[in-house]
Amino acid sequence: MTEKVQRRLRVNPILCNGYGYCAEIVPELVSLDDWGFPIVSNRPIDDDKLLGLARRAVATCPRLALLIEETVPATTNR
Amino acid sequence: MAAVLPADHIAIRPAVGTRLMAGPPPTAGFERIDDHQLRLGPRPAGGAALIDVLEQSGLRGRGGAWFPTWRKWASVANSSDGHSVVVVNASEGEPLSAKDRTLVTLRPHLVLDGAVLAAETLGANDIVVYLSRGSRTTERALEQALKERSAAGLHEAPIRVVRTAHRYIAGESSAVVNRGSGGLSKPRFSLRRSAEKGINDQPTLIQNAETLAHVAMIARYGSAWFRRLGTDGSPGTALMTVCGNVLRPGVYEVDLGAQLGGVIEAAGGTVSPAPGALLGGYFGTWLDPSWLEGLPLDVDRLRTTYKTSFGCGVLAVLPQGACGVVEATRVLTYLAAESAGQCGPCVNGLGALSDAMERVAASEATFTDINQVRRWMEMVKGRGACHHPDGAVGQLASALTVFNDHLRRHLNGQRCYGTTVAGFPQPPSPGRGWQ
Repeated sequence: MTEKVQRRLRVNPILCNGYGYCAEIVPELVSLDDWGFPIVSNRPIDDDKLLGLARRAVATCPRLALLIEETVPATTNR
Repeated sequence: MAAVLPADHIAIRPAVGTRLMAGPPPTAGFERIDDHQLRLGPRPAGGAALIDVLEQSGLRGRGGAWFPTWRKWASVANSSDGHSVVVVNASEGEPLSAKDRTLVTLRPHLVLDGAVLAAETLGANDIVVYLSRGSRTTERALEQALKERSAAGLHEAPIRVVRTAHRYIAGESSAVVNRGSGGLSKPRFSLRRSAEKGINDQPTLIQNAETLAHVAMIARYGSAWFRRLGTDGSPGTALMTVCGNVLRPGVYEVDLGAQLGGVIEAAGGTVSPAPGALLGGYFGTWLDPSWLEGLPLDVDRLRTTYKTSFGCGVLAVLPQGACGVVEATRVLTYLAAESAGQCGPCVNGLGALSDAMERVAASEATFTDINQVRRWMEMVKGRGACHHPDGAVGQLASALTVFNDHLRRHLNGQRCYGTTVAGFPQPPSPGRGWQ
């Protein structure tokens, strides 16, 4: 059985100051709340194009508040 | 508005089950080590087998989350390579709760026995008692108890006391890690749990004081004994702080197999017909008056059937004529002010919600405002570094559901006469500092 790594975009809300570049770079994963702070989608990033955009958002954040979390989901049928 | 905090030394009235609070009466002060050992026998040794006993006992954390205790211990044990930390969380930031303070004040050795058992089981060489400032009686009892233990020459890991400002979220696990590592008692963002990487980057067991007292009893009497009270999923007893519209407010030890009506009865019954109650503290949920009699205390049934939570065991009963919308707004405003100020969604979201709800409470808002409130409640959920916004919003959401009929009167601009009714504890002024 192959273990597949799941990647999700995450924000450290303590570091985030609401610059909002992430929502411009990858609106597929980030929207902004009423005060300009990012609402980050919890869905796994499943294609390379999206992953590329997510990585750009991570690299662009002036506060270095974004990261890509990698998890290995627990095997479902055990 | 006067801040009404539970008294430093609160009356214990044993209710439906008496285990942790068995022994000398509260007026006798803290139980000395000799009396403690004479009454309960010496502390058994800790070890890997205790994790199995805890699993069989079904003990769950009494700090509010009700997480299975054995699992927490097992995950610290798995992460540990010979160094780990055990924290007795007695910070009790919840303004309406007095149970942990009371327990440490009256039965310090029971709590410390539990901490030492955890340290022996997990191979921890650092035991921290985490305490909020401002409770002199508790500090004195703890200091005295620690002196007694070292005078008695007990073989156990050194126990140190870490103090924090009395803040609502100072007891949140990542805030405990921060403070225990020498920083401020503010939450931090981490992808790793404190069980893996906690105080000084070591695997850390953070356990509520009451939970550890139960551990000390289970280690002595076994899991079958523990299960004699309570339900299958919520075995044993729990300490509750009962306040508001009851004849005898105080800390009570209750059988988790009992119903809420029995708890209210143990506290002398209600003084006036209650229009509702808050269960589980400021992160808890409001209860419809029709539930006050028969609501079970089993935490799983509370969650699945009633969408409520036992939380940290606070029951605050509304007096006749008081308004749940107004009281829920006061709680929300306090929680907004108690934000650590670190995360945008918490600072902005709780601030905006509190402003809007104050207009609702004053009958100056409209249905558009309440729709905005509901939108914002969804918007802030799950977006803080800790669960502060989630708890604050959960409390508010339950009030809007339970007091929906009355809420409509507020939104129609009708004057509410429930704003100045005495008999329900008001939130204190927000705390100062984070050390």
